[in-house]
Amino acid sequence: MNFWRLTAKRIGYGLLLLVAVLVLNFILMSLAPGDIADTIAGEMGGANETMLAEIRASYGLDQPFHIQLWRYLSKVAVLDLGFSYFYNTPVITLILEKLPATLLLVFSAQILAITIGIILGVIAAKKPNGFFSLVVTLLSLFGFAAPVFWTGILLIILFVSIFPIFPIGGLMDVTLDGSWWQHVLDVLYHLTLPMITLASIFIALYSRLARASMLEVLGADYIRTARAKGVPERSVLYRHALRNAMTPVVTVAGLQFSAVISGAVVVETVFSWPGLGSLALHAIVARDTPTIMGILFFSSLVVVVFNILTDVIVRLLDPRIKSG
Amino acid sequence: MSEPVQTNNTESIEAIETISPWREMAGIFFRNYEAVFGLVLLVSIMVFTFIGPFVYTTDPFEMVWAPFTRPGQEGFLFGTDYLGRDILAEMIAGGQVSIAIGLAAAAISVVIGVCIGAFAGYYGGIVEEALMRSTEFFQVLPTLLFSMVIVALFGASLLTVTFAIGIVSWPAVARVTRTEFLRIRELEYVRAARSGSAKDGYLIFRVILPNALPPIIVQANLMVGSAILFEAALSFLNLSDPNVMSWGQVIGSNRTYILDAGFAVAIPGFAIFLTVLAISLIGDGLNDALNPRLRQR
Repeated sequence: MNFWRLTAKRIGYGLLLLVAVLVLNFILMSLAPGDIADTIAGEMGGANETMLAEIRASYGLDQPFHIQLWRYLSKVAVLDLGFSYFYNTPVITLILEKLPATLLLVFSAQILAITIGIILGVIAAKKPNGFFSLVVTLLSLFGFAAPVFWTGILLIILFVSIFPIFPIGGLMDVTLDGSWWQHVLDVLYHLTLPMITLASIFIALYSRLARASMLEVLGADYIRTARAKGVPERSVLYRHALRNAMTPVVTVAGLQFSAVISGAVVVETVFSWPGLGSLALHAIVARDTPTIMGILFFSSLVVVVFNILTDVIVRLLDPRIKSG
Repeated sequence: MSEPVQTNNTESIEAIETISPWREMAGIFFRNYEAVFGLVLLVSIMVFTFIGPFVYTTDPFEMVWAPFTRPGQEGFLFGTDYLGRDILAEMIAGGQVSIAIGLAAAAISVVIGVCIGAFAGYYGGIVEEALMRSTEFFQVLPTLLFSMVIVALFGASLLTVTFAIGIVSWPAVARVTRTEFLRIRELEYVRAARSGSAKDGYLIFRVILPNALPPIIVQANLMVGSAILFEAALSFLNLSDPNVMSWGQVIGSNRTYILDAGFAVAIPGFAIFLTVLAISLIGDGLNDALNPRLRQR
């Protein structure tokens, strides 16, 4: 199968997964105790059965399950995710407003984790029993065992309280008055600690993987051939071996996106980063169901898009891989 | 000539058979210093949190002194929190909940995961396809957000939290189980049992599953660790039962004051870290002991 047809197949499959997420969303909402009629009646200060029935009829809640489900799906298809009564705004507007901050955090943390992971893994693979291999082992233990919010709080104590280098949270300094690049620098400055915190969970995983796949690749025949030809060791490591060793790391990193978004929810709360995670938490506290469901759908959408992108990147890195 | 050789052979076979595989595994496990360290650490934490209440009787919900007393001052080993409650008592009570939820949620995910993985691996074909697609579904859904939604919709009680963690964590177990089943179902003894017209249920749970257990045990052990972290994250976000003390909740309720009293957050976080560290060290040891062939990795 050629490149484009496979990509198209992946996209179709991703759409199917998203529909499944929506169906699950809908089932959860209908299973949950209380519905919108109860909420409205509660705000009105109580209502009798006939009024409740009228409210339910006006929102289509008296229709059979499959018709309600179909209505929900066709509304989401045109990106109508409902209306948030708490924020008095359409849910899609709320989400699009917060999405860039989350994407920035998730993406930069992934890039940082992959870069550091590969660097550590390669250094460790050069000496499988050396100091850096020990560092990789210790890091992977730490990365698995340390709760991400704890790491974040320790960084705050260290770099905000003891050595006041970084800001405690937020996306930018609202009082800053300068040109656009000063604003960019300011956002990056605020991004540093959340990004490191989120990356810390994944550096461990990636470095262990990079070390293992680098060791495997270095045992391959073509590496021996390259060395026998007299290719300099530096070139063997970074041009022949690294490219092939990167494929498993990138593949796994692509599968981690939903975990990264889960981590981002916590990190956003620790650093008051105004993204989807903070929005989700506020919506849950306010019992704002349309917003919560919209966020769940949208974050799955983000994961699906990133999964497809990773798939494409992996196949560009390694043309031997035919199917995802 | 042939007779003495034969007796020699049977003797040596008997000599080998007297070492049971479990003893051999225990031998490998206990020669691994990191694994033993993990086990000692975990047992100490269990003693601290389950025997602790009988020795240290302070009520974790009672306000005993001024808020944010530093650790070691006024006789409070870990100091007091934002309401002036004794953090040592909170740590003892909270540990029970964190560990209990970790175990229960891991048990749920292992039961679901083993069933789904076993059926997928055993039957293959369309059953496998359908079941494995449903595990991919959970790779797309951000698990923490999903369990936040469950807790938000059905209320924050210990039961919903445990259920919410278990229901999102099973795919890893299912994948491990399936891989083992795919390998074992083609082995000779399974074919022999099948040709003896054994029923599917018997083959799955009595013939294949016992032999597939080693990697599942390792995975289950790791699930306890990640369930503890998961519970901690949920209660950090204040989405856990507010009437029950847990390590994550101590962190969550004190996190607004980190600049004044970092210790109130650092201590329970360190407890979670140590517990999960102990569990993953034990997991590495179990992995080596149960799969001696993989030790060369």
